[in-house]
Amino acid sequence: MHLLYQIFIDPFVQMGSAPDLLVQTLWEGLVAGVLYALIALGFVLIFKASGVFNFAQGIMVVFSALTLVGLYEHGVPAFLALAITVGVMFVLALAVERFVLRPLVNQAEIILFMATFGLTYILIGAGEMIFGGDPKVMITDQLLLPTGSYTIKMLGGFVQMQKIDIAAAIIASLMVASLAVFFQKTRVGRALRAVADSHRAALSVGISLEYIWVTVWFAAGIVALATGIMWGARSNVSFALEIIALKALPVLILGGFTSIPGAIIGGVIIGVGEKLGEFYWGPLFGSGIESWLAYVIALVFLLFRPQGLFGERIIERI
Amino acid sequence: MRAPSGPDVAVGDVLLSVENVSLSFGGVKAVSDVSFDIRKGEIRAIIGPNGAGKTSMLNIINGFYQPQQGRINFKGETRSKMRPHDAAYGGIARTFQNVALFRGMTVLDNIMAGRTLKMHKNFFWQLLRFGPALTEEVEHRHRVEQIIDFLKIQEIRRTPVGRLPYGLQKRVELGRALATEPDLLLLDEPMAGMNIEEKEDMSRFVLDVNDHYGTTIALIEHDMGVVMDLSDRVVVLDHGIKIADGTPDEIKTDRGVIDAYLGVAH
Amino acid sequence: MFYREAGQYKTSYQADQALFPILQDQIGIFLILAIAFILVPLTASDFVIDSVLTPIMIFSLAAIGLNLLTGYTGLLSLGTGGFMGVGAFACYKLSTFFPGINIIVLVVCSGFFAAAAGILFGLPSLRIKGFYLAVATLASQFFLSWCFIRIPWLYNYNVSASIEVPARTLFGIQVTGPNATPVTRYLIVLTIVAVMTLLASNLIRGRIGRTWMAVRDMDIAAELIGIKLYPTKLLAFAVSSFYCGVAGALLVFLWLGNAESESFSINQSFLVLFMVIIGGLGSLTGSFFGAALIIGLPILLRMGRTAFDISVTSATLEHINFITLGILIVFFLIVEPNGLARLWQIGKQKLRVWPFPY
Repeated sequence: MHLLYQIFIDPFVQMGSAPDLLVQTLWEGLVAGVLYALIALGFVLIFKASGVFNFAQGIMVVFSALTLVGLYEHGVPAFLALAITVGVMFVLALAVERFVLRPLVNQAEIILFMATFGLTYILIGAGEMIFGGDPKVMITDQLLLPTGSYTIKMLGGFVQMQKIDIAAAIIASLMVASLAVFFQKTRVGRALRAVADSHRAALSVGISLEYIWVTVWFAAGIVALATGIMWGARSNVSFALEIIALKALPVLILGGFTSIPGAIIGGVIIGVGEKLGEFYWGPLFGSGIESWLAYVIALVFLLFRPQGLFGERIIERI
Repeated sequence: MRAPSGPDVAVGDVLLSVENVSLSFGGVKAVSDVSFDIRKGEIRAIIGPNGAGKTSMLNIINGFYQPQQGRINFKGETRSKMRPHDAAYGGIARTFQNVALFRGMTVLDNIMAGRTLKMHKNFFWQLLRFGPALTEEVEHRHRVEQIIDFLKIQEIRRTPVGRLPYGLQKRVELGRALATEPDLLLLDEPMAGMNIEEKEDMSRFVLDVNDHYGTTIALIEHDMGVVMDLSDRVVVLDHGIKIADGTPDEIKTDRGVIDAYLGVAH
Repeated sequence: MFYREAGQYKTSYQADQALFPILQDQIGIFLILAIAFILVPLTASDFVIDSVLTPIMIFSLAAIGLNLLTGYTGLLSLGTGGFMGVGAFACYKLSTFFPGINIIVLVVCSGFFAAAAGILFGLPSLRIKGFYLAVATLASQFFLSWCFIRIPWLYNYNVSASIEVPARTLFGIQVTGPNATPVTRYLIVLTIVAVMTLLASNLIRGRIGRTWMAVRDMDIAAELIGIKLYPTKLLAFAVSSFYCGVAGALLVFLWLGNAESESFSINQSFLVLFMVIIGGLGSLTGSFFGAALIIGLPILLRMGRTAFDISVTSATLEHINFITLGILIVFFLIVEPNGLARLWQIGKQKLRVWPFPY
């Protein structure tokens, strides 16, 4: 009886009694959600354009951030380091296209999926070897990103918002908007969607797969770099980020694998749901339920809608 | 190919009938108010132009699609919806237009898989294998080998089906369907993509199945020669509606069928 | 020419369906078993037995478990580590409650707990397929990892949140704990793995194996011939998790001697998945090959370092290990998606027709 009260009543009472805390938690959830969404965005880009589910997106986030910080620590000025990192991500896209995607053209999706597992391990190993495994501090100031926070008085208390988080939300929205327009309106965007549908068909109408894939993996690399910078600015850059990046998967389940706006909405739902769950229900279970709550949310969702919120219904023709 | 009068197998009572069945996908009406029956022991052809709803009709009969309206009467039992499982248990077997074999398995395993419903030794006997499970396996192997002999596919029994040419794959699929010892066999374009020789072989097999095993057969087919020779009765569908139902001779001369599908000799 | 089976006639279906119908295979397996059971304990060094052979056996068992689920039934699972952990912790609790009972019995019983967990987390497979199911198995992995830390009862309230294996004997010989010799532990692991591999092989060759493969290849057609999809998938989860659970119990009790939540993390899941991919999806022998390669790789690298006298730190060696693993995965997927098992078959085919090329 007491347990029922604790699960169904008490958390809402707590929410009501300290509304400023509720808003704070919601904000934290939103911020986390935006970052998950950015990672998911990278997934969606690659999946939408090549049909490949890039498991390595998470490690690309870490790798790009490490490259940036690593270069700076070796004395390269901040913006030059940024430019070089962009170049590195381009080279990475070239290498992935040449050595992984091209030999596996036309293979089953599951094979390409597993190939990205291999890619993940290569990047983890290379990253640790080149940059070392210690957490690093993101060069937020040097990149002229805002630091510090706003404290807003509301609802009887205070709500604190980090300026970097606001910047992240704005940048993420801009990215999503421009990418959505790009896919819908431009010629290259159309070609990308064609490739995702069928490699063979796209080839037969003269679309250059190599060109498309390099473009899209490079774009995903830029998104990964942006994510890495934002995330690194909030907490340090380390390989733990890789595991957090897996949280993008529940985001994709909710938002659908091919929907750019879906990535944002899914991200926000997961981020907010997770934070609320951890803060108000967490103490019931012992802390740390953040590690699995996102997946369980996605799982429950899948049971009712196996194709996700925005995904297309899979119709099997016999 | 065979005498037009008197079938070799005595055609009996109605085995399966569909009554006023309608099926839509979203806005598309695949099947509209179709009724016909299939008698025990006969070979029933379902013909019509592409998109007429023939495959959808078969899918309804074996339970893949559930019709929005209408009823299915099978072996005396009337249902508004058939489930794949009920169909399998009731003795309905099926082949597909695009061969639906288990690509990772050999021919032998595919046909043995057809015996699954008849194999009963439980999990623990399977773990042990030696003893009752093995005896059961060998017993069913006998039956499967009979089918393999019947279809003349002995040499390829250990070949993974993915490697076989299309015509042989269709034969293996027929074998798998036969392994379930069905009362009603649904064949979806069994001759598609075959040359004359292969078609003659397949036609002979279909006839033999009907003669030897007494299996009732419903088949979708585009080759009119095959349809006229093999079938006892024919149903003609067009745009989801039944436009004719009768013996091959009757529908061959039916005005509506000629207009919609058969055309006239020039 | 060496592997020719021409002239070996079978006069009964039973003989035709035997596990090793070809004489060369029968001789081969007899030799392998003789070497494994007799020659190795007598001649191999403790290092080889303890750091190479025993873990290869244990992980082969886990790889077989995952292969049954992913390779034979087509259900991609990223939760292997979690199920291994369930087996390990179950065994630990069982040995706490029943200190007198034979440890082998406890190891086998802990498999049942893992099987129960497998069924529970396999329930979503009714509605969910493919990638989505893989993400659902991630839910099970992260949840179980969390449980292994957050439920102190599991590790008997030990302050360090780890479990320490109690010393147990069997027929008077020490089998677990610090005094158990590598040879003893190796022989027990070998026996269990050999028996369970045989049982798995029996399942695969019979009705159940065919229903699993049918579900993998085309579940629509499988339904049509009367296979019930849901019970088949749940059975796959149950059996697969049983094998992984036993592997986990063996890992802790007969090899590591201790463990904590981290030993059963998502990294473990990936490692076993790589073994299955490289070894060959849908192949029992492939599971052994894959385990051997992945366990053997770091050891080979270390030996290479001493042999060629290259000065790299152990940490760097580990990184090289990761990179090599990744490259191997991509390489195998490109060159031979059916893994080492297929390469082995191709090799046997070459032996069959040697000296002709084909």
